[in-house]
Amino acid sequence: MTQINRLSSGGRIDRETPIRFVFNGRHYGGYRGDTLASALLANGVKVVGRSFKYGRPRGIVAAGAEEPNAIFQLGAEESTQVPNVRATQQEIFEGLVSRPTSGWPGLGFDLMGAAGKLFGRMLPPGFYYKTFMFPQSFWEVYEKYIRKAAGLGRSPRVPDADIYDHLNQHTDVLVVGAGPAGLSAALAAARTGARVILADEQAEPGGSLLYSRDLIDGEAPDRWLHNTLTELAGYEHVQVLTRATVNGYHDHNFLTIHERRSDHLSDRAPEGQARQRMHRVRAHWVVLATGAHERPLVFGHNDLPGCMLASAVSTYIRQYGVVPGRRLVLMTTNDYGYRTAFDWQDSGHEVVAVVDTRQNPEGPYQEEARARGLTLMRGCAVIEAKGGQQVTGAVIAPIDADGGRVTGATRVLACDTLASSGGWSPAVHLSCHTGSRPVWRDDIIGFVPGETVQRQLVAGAVDGTYSLAGCLREGLRAGVEAAVKAGYPSVPTAAPKVNELTEGEAMALFCVPHLKRTSRAPKQFVDFQTDVTAAAIELATREGFESIEHVKRYTAMGFGTDQGKLGNINGMAIAARSMNKTIPETGTTVFRPNYTPVTFGAIAGRHCDELFDPKRYTAMHPWHVEHGAKFEDVGQWKRPWYYPKPGETMQQALDRECRATRESIGILDASTLGKIDIQGKDAREFLGRVYTNAWAKLAVGKCRYGLMCGEDGMVFDDGVTSCLGEQHFLMTTTSGGAARVLEWLEFYHQTEWPELEVYFNTVTDHWATMSIAGPNSRKLLAELCDDIDLDRDAFRFMDWRQGTVAGVPARVFRISFTGELSFEINVQANYGLYVWEKLFEHGAKYNLTPYGTETMHILRAEKGFIIAGQDTDGAVHPYDLGMSWAVKEDKPFSFIGKRGMKRADCVREDRKQLVGLKTRNPKVVLPEGAQAVNDPNQPKPMTMLGHVTSSYYSANLGRSIAMGLIRDGFNRMGDTVYYPQTDGSVIEAEICSPIFLDPKGERQNV
Amino acid sequence: MQKYSGFGLLKHALTYHENWQRVWRSPKPKKKYDVIIIGGGGHGLATAYYLAKEHGITNVAVIEKGYLGGGNTARNTTIVRSNYLWDEAALLYEHAMKLWEGLSQELNYNLMFSQRGVLNLGHTLQDMRDIHRRVNANRLNGIDSFALDTQGVQELVPIMDCSANRRYPVLGASWQPRAGVARHDAVAWGFARAADAMGVDLIQQCEVIDVLAEDGAARGVETRQHGVILGDRIGCVVAGNSGVLAKMAGFELPVESHPLQALVSEPIRPILDTVVMSNHVHGYISQSDKGDLVIGAGIDGYNGYGQRGSYPTIEHTLQAIVELFPMFSRVRMNRQWGGIVDTCPDACPIISETPVENLFFNCGWGTGGFKATPGSGHVFAATLARGEAHELAKPFSMYRFYDGSLVDEHGAAGVAH
Amino acid sequence: MFYIHCPYCCEYREEEEFHAKGQAHIARPADPDQCSDEEWGTYLYFRKNPRGLHHEIWVHAIGCRKFFNVTRDTQTYEIKETYKMGEQPKVTSVSDTLETEEAAQ
Repeated sequence: MTQINRLSSGGRIDRETPIRFVFNGRHYGGYRGDTLASALLANGVKVVGRSFKYGRPRGIVAAGAEEPNAIFQLGAEESTQVPNVRATQQEIFEGLVSRPTSGWPGLGFDLMGAAGKLFGRMLPPGFYYKTFMFPQSFWEVYEKYIRKAAGLGRSPRVPDADIYDHLNQHTDVLVVGAGPAGLSAALAAARTGARVILADEQAEPGGSLLYSRDLIDGEAPDRWLHNTLTELAGYEHVQVLTRATVNGYHDHNFLTIHERRSDHLSDRAPEGQARQRMHRVRAHWVVLATGAHERPLVFGHNDLPGCMLASAVSTYIRQYGVVPGRRLVLMTTNDYGYRTAFDWQDSGHEVVAVVDTRQNPEGPYQEEARARGLTLMRGCAVIEAKGGQQVTGAVIAPIDADGGRVTGATRVLACDTLASSGGWSPAVHLSCHTGSRPVWRDDIIGFVPGETVQRQLVAGAVDGTYSLAGCLREGLRAGVEAAVKAGYPSVPTAAPKVNELTEGEAMALFCVPHLKRTSRAPKQFVDFQTDVTAAAIELATREGFESIEHVKRYTAMGFGTDQGKLGNINGMAIAARSMNKTIPETGTTVFRPNYTPVTFGAIAGRHCDELFDPKRYTAMHPWHVEHGAKFEDVGQWKRPWYYPKPGETMQQALDRECRATRESIGILDASTLGKIDIQGKDAREFLGRVYTNAWAKLAVGKCRYGLMCGEDGMVFDDGVTSCLGEQHFLMTTTSGGAARVLEWLEFYHQTEWPELEVYFNTVTDHWATMSIAGPNSRKLLAELCDDIDLDRDAFRFMDWRQGTVAGVPARVFRISFTGELSFEINVQANYGLYVWEKLFEHGAKYNLTPYGTETMHILRAEKGFIIAGQDTDGAVHPYDLGMSWAVKEDKPFSFIGKRGMKRADCVREDRKQLVGLKTRNPKVVLPEGAQAVNDPNQPKPMTMLGHVTSSYYSANLGRSIAMGLIRDGFNRMGDTVYYPQTDGSVIEAEICSPIFLDPKGERQNV
Repeated sequence: MQKYSGFGLLKHALTYHENWQRVWRSPKPKKKYDVIIIGGGGHGLATAYYLAKEHGITNVAVIEKGYLGGGNTARNTTIVRSNYLWDEAALLYEHAMKLWEGLSQELNYNLMFSQRGVLNLGHTLQDMRDIHRRVNANRLNGIDSFALDTQGVQELVPIMDCSANRRYPVLGASWQPRAGVARHDAVAWGFARAADAMGVDLIQQCEVIDVLAEDGAARGVETRQHGVILGDRIGCVVAGNSGVLAKMAGFELPVESHPLQALVSEPIRPILDTVVMSNHVHGYISQSDKGDLVIGAGIDGYNGYGQRGSYPTIEHTLQAIVELFPMFSRVRMNRQWGGIVDTCPDACPIISETPVENLFFNCGWGTGGFKATPGSGHVFAATLARGEAHELAKPFSMYRFYDGSLVDEHGAAGVAH
Repeated sequence: MFYIHCPYCCEYREEEEFHAKGQAHIARPADPDQCSDEEWGTYLYFRKNPRGLHHEIWVHAIGCRKFFNVTRDTQTYEIKETYKMGEQPKVTSVSDTLETEEAAQ
C-alpha cells in the first residue's frame, strides 16, 4: 500500500530516509521522523484496535500521550517484546514489528465485537458486581472466561536482552516540557549561569511550535526554535533531553526522568548501551511547562475511527505531512479549534463544515473562516457520528446556549474525518504527585496546579495561558525567577514578538446533547480504552456513587493506560451535571506517578541479576570453591555449608565432618561473624549496660560470652567479647546481625548515654577468622605458633593471646562453639588464605577436615548451644532459654532488657522454654519447625506446645538430637510429646536436657 | 434491598438501566445512635453490617470523613490469606477466611473473591525453617497450608526463575490454596449496601473533630459538617488515622502510621495465576482480572500521613520482581499509590476497650488489614454489642503492650503483609 | 525521596543514606526497675504519631553514623529543621507547646 494520505510536501519528516515496518503482519512504508501513528495514518490505516468491552472498531484519536486506542505490541523477537506501546509516541525504525493488542480473531472481524453488539446492553458499569454469583462454586469458572479477555499486550516469555541504567543528577533548574514556555524558561535560566535540565517527552523539542500557525518575530516559529536550541546547546551547564519523560515528581523536589535512548533506533539497544535510562534528579527549582491536553467532545458514536482531536489532526498535517482523510467536519467550542479547519484547507482538502457550539462567536477566527469561504455553522453541534467501520457522516443539530439540549432539526453531512475540540485541560499531573490539589478556573474551563510545598513554578498552558505570546512571556518570567531563587543573578531577557489571532470566549461543553436522553442515546464515549460512556457515568451517580472517586472506581473511568488524560475532565463534568453540582464541588481525582508508563527494567536499573544485592566473600572463599563447598546465604555472606566429597550425600559429608572434628580436628571459616572494636574509658561500663551479664571484672586477656536483649527483654543477638586492654574490647556478633548490633550500640551511646566515653568501629572485614576444633587442635597450632604458651594452664579456656601463626601476627582465642578443645585464629584478612593453607599443610597428618555451617550447627547442638535467630525468635528471653547464668540481675545499672523480662507475661511459669528432645526412634530426625502437642488425636485447632528449633542426626551420638520450645518445658523433663507430621504420621519425643554431649564440659578443658 | 442477578441485569437492560435503585441512602444524621462507628472503610462497614445482622442493632451510624471505602480499602493489593504463625492471629484471620467464603452470596454482591492461592517464598535455610514452622502450626490450627520445595514452586509458577544461579535462589515456599484475592472496592460497597438496607446510616463527607466524653465515658462525637452526634457506644475504625482519633480522646496508642506503597503494571494478557510473595527479596505480585500486575512491598520507615512514600522503595520492589521474574523487565509500570498503615510493634491488630469507657478501637492492622475485613468487622461488632471483647479479639487488647503478652508475628513469622 | 540535612556532616544528602528511627525526645526512665508495667509499656511502645509536626530521630547510617533529630510534617513531608542530639527543636506545634506547659505546671 502506498502512503495515500501523505502530503507531497511539508512536515518535519525526513523524506530522504524511507523506513519499512510491519503492522499486523503487513508491511508499510514511512519516513524517519514518523511515529507509528503518523505512518499508519499516512498509509490510510483506519482501524487500529477493538474496544475492550464492546469490541467496537477504534482508530487513532490523538497524537501524543493521551492516545487511548492505538496501543500495540512491539518487538521482532521474543526477548524484545514490549506490551502496550502507544503508537503516537513510538517512532518508526527499519524493521519495526508491531501488532494490535485487541481484537480476536482479527481486527476486521472481532468475535468479542459481535458479542458486544448482542450483549452490550447487558454490560452497564459494575455489572460484574451484580452477577456471576450463583452458584457459589462457579465464580472460578466465570472468572476463567473473564480473565481470557484481560489485558492488552503480552509479557515477553524470556528474559530481557537489554540493560538499563540510572543517572543521579543535581540541577539548579529543571524545566519540564520543551514547548514555547519551557524553551523560554530554559533560555532565561541558562543565561543567568544556572545549571539547567530541559526535558521533553518528544523526539524533538518544540511542543506546539512544531505545528503552530503563529509567527514569531514575523516568521514561522522554526527560526526562533532553531536559534533557541542552538543557544542552549552552546551552554555547558545546560542539558536538553529529548525522548525523556519526567514521569514522577517526588518529595523535596526529587524528580525522575525516563529517557528512551534507543527505542527509536531498533528493537534492541546497540551493543553495550543501555536501552533506557532513569535520571534521578534533585532540582533546586522546577519549572513545569507541561502544556495542556485537548479535550475531545463527547457525542453519539464518537469512538468511530475518523473521530479525532482537532489538534491531533493539525499535528499530523503540519508536523508529519499526513492528512488523515479527505472531508473534514470540525466541531469546536473555542476559537483555537478553527486552526484545524485552516490547516486542513491549506493541505488542499475539503472542509465540509466548521460546527461551532457557541451561539454567536465573532472575532478574527470567524472573519478568517469567512474569508476562506468555509461553511460556518454556529450554535450547532455534531450530536452523532454516522458509520460502521469508520466515520461516513456527521449528524448536526442546533443546540441551546448552555449546551443542554437540541433545539431544532438535524441534518447529516457526509465526511470521513470528524475533528473535535472541547477546549484544553492543563497537564497538572506532576504538580499533583506530591499531594497538591489542582484548582478549577472557570475562565479557562480547566484545572490548574494548586498550592504546593515543593519549590515549583509553572508557566504556559499548564497554568491556563494558551496564547503563544503568553507562553513565551511566562516561560521567561519563570526561568528567571527559578534561577534567581536558586541563587543566580537576574539577566533580563526580552520576549519575542508574536503574531497570533486573538481568541474569544470559549464555551464549557463536556457532553453534546442528543435527541434522546443520555441513557437511550447512541453510546457517547468518555473514556475509550475502558469503554466508559456518559450513560455509564450518569448511571453510577443515580445508583448513589456520588464521590468522583466512586464514579471512577465503579465505571473504571481513568483506569486505562492513558490514565484518563483524554476523558477524565469530561467524565467529572458529566458526573457533576448529573448530580447538579459544579465541577469544583465534585472535585478532581488525584494524579499519581507515572505520567506515562515506565519500563520495570528502567526503574530497576543495574540492580538485577549479579548486582541485585552485593555478595560478601571471606578471604578463604577461593579455597572453599576449589574444595567443592556448597554455600549457604547468611545475610549477604556466602558461607560454606558443607564440603561433600565426590559421591557423598549431604548426610555422609556431615557425618564425616562431625566425626573428624570430635576425633581429631576440624576447621571452620568463621570470618563472617560480626566484629566490633570498642574503645574508651567507659567501654566496660557500656558493655555492662547492653549485655545481660557482668563485665566489670573481665581481665585483659579474657573472653566472655554475652547475651544482648531488647528493652522488651527478648534476646536479639549473642557473641563473645574479649578484653584487649583496660579500655579496649572486641565484640563479636552473629553473621547476619553485625550491622544491626553496631547501630544499636551507637543508638544507645548517642541518644541515651552520650556522657560515656566509648567508640565503636566495625572490623568484620579486617580479620580472617579460622576456628580449629578437636583433640588435636593444640598440636596443630603448636606447629605453627611458637610465641604463645599453649599449655592448658597458661592459655586457658576463655583466654586470648597475641602472637604469630605461620609467621603472621595473630590474635588467638581459646573459645569453643563445639565443646571441643578449640582455638580461633584471627589474622589480618589478606593473610587469611595463606594461614588457612599453612594449617592444611601441617594438618594433613591429623586429617584436618574443613566443615561448614551445617556441621557447626550439629556440633553446637550436641552441646546445647543456641543460635540466636534460630533457637530464638523475638519472643524468647534468657530465662526461656535456661540461660539465667548469663543474666546478672544485681548489676548497679538496670541493663537493657532487665525491666522488660520482668513484665507480667514474661515471668509466667508456663512460658515456652528451650529444652532438648530425643525421638523415641533414635534414627528418626524431627523436622525443624514441627509443632508439639500433648495429644495428637485432639480435634483441630490443636493446642500447640512449641516448635522444634534445631534438629539433626548426630553421627557422634549415633542418634538424632533436637532442641525445641515447649510450654512449661523445664518442669516436664522426661515427658513425652507428639509431633504430628504433614503426611499424617506422628513422631514421639521425650523432653530432655539440651546438652547431649559432655555435660561437664571436660572436652574443651583438656 | 434490590436483588442482583444476571436476570436482573437483563430486565434492567430492557429499560436502559434507568430504574436501578440507589445502592445506599444519603441520610441526614440523627441526634443519637446506639452505636457510632467512626470510619467508613471496609472494617467499619463490616462492623456495621454484622451489628445489624448478628446483633439486631440497627440504630447505627457510620461516619466517614471522605467517601466510603476510600482509605486503605481502596489502596491495598487485595491479598487474602490466613496462614499466620501464632494461634491468636491464625484463628482470627481464619475466622475472616471462613467469612470470605460465601460472602458474595450473603451480601448479594460479587466481591470477586478468587481463591487462586498464595505462595510465600523462602530463599534461605532460615526462611525454610520458618516456613515449616508456620505450615505445621497452620495445619494443626485447621488451616490449609503446604510446604513446597523448589520444584513444587516451579510447577505452580512456571514463569518464575527458580534456578539456583539467582542471587537468592528460591528454596521453597509455603502454599495456601484457599488464599487469594478479592475486589477491594466491592468489599466496601457490598457491606455498605447490605448495612444500609438494614437501616444503618452511612454518613459520608462528615469528619469527626472531637470525641465527647463525660466522667471518663464517651457519649458522642463532634463533627465538622453536622455538629454533635450522640452515641451510647463508639467504635473507632480509622486505620492510619487512629493516632489522631486517640489524641482527640486523650490517650496514645502503640501505633505508628507509615506509608505503604503499591503499584500496577499496564494490563497484560494473563500470565500469573497465583499470588507470589517474597519477604526475603521484598516484593509481592499477583495479576488482576483486568490484567494488571499488582505489586507491593514493605512499608516506608518513617511516619507519614501523605498517602505516598519514597521512590527508592518502588525501585527496590521492582528490582525484586525482576529478580524473581526476569521476563517482566520490559513490562511497564502504569501507576503507583500509597496507603497509610497503622502498624503495631508486634504486627498484630488492636481490637480493644480503651481508657475511655464506651469507646472501643479497632486498629493497628498494619499491612494485614484488607484480608481480615469480614473477620475484623465480625468480632468488633460482637465487642461493641456486648461491651467486652469477643473471644477471638481478647488477645488483641491494647493492654498487651503493658504486660508483654505480644503476639509477635513480626519477630517470628518472618512474614509481613 | 527526602533531602535531609545532616547536622553533623552539615550537608544535604539523599534519604537513601539515612534510616528513620521513630519519635524523638523519649527519655529512657531513670530507674526502670521502679517503673510499673504500664509505665514501661508506655516507654516502649506508645507514641504520639501525630498528623502534622513530628520530632523524630534519624540516623545517617551510610554516612557519619550519627543519630540526630528532625522536625518534619508528616502530612506534607516538609522537613522544618534538623538538630543534634541533646538539642531542642525550634519549630514546634501548638500541641507541643501545650504539653510542655502542662509538664511545667
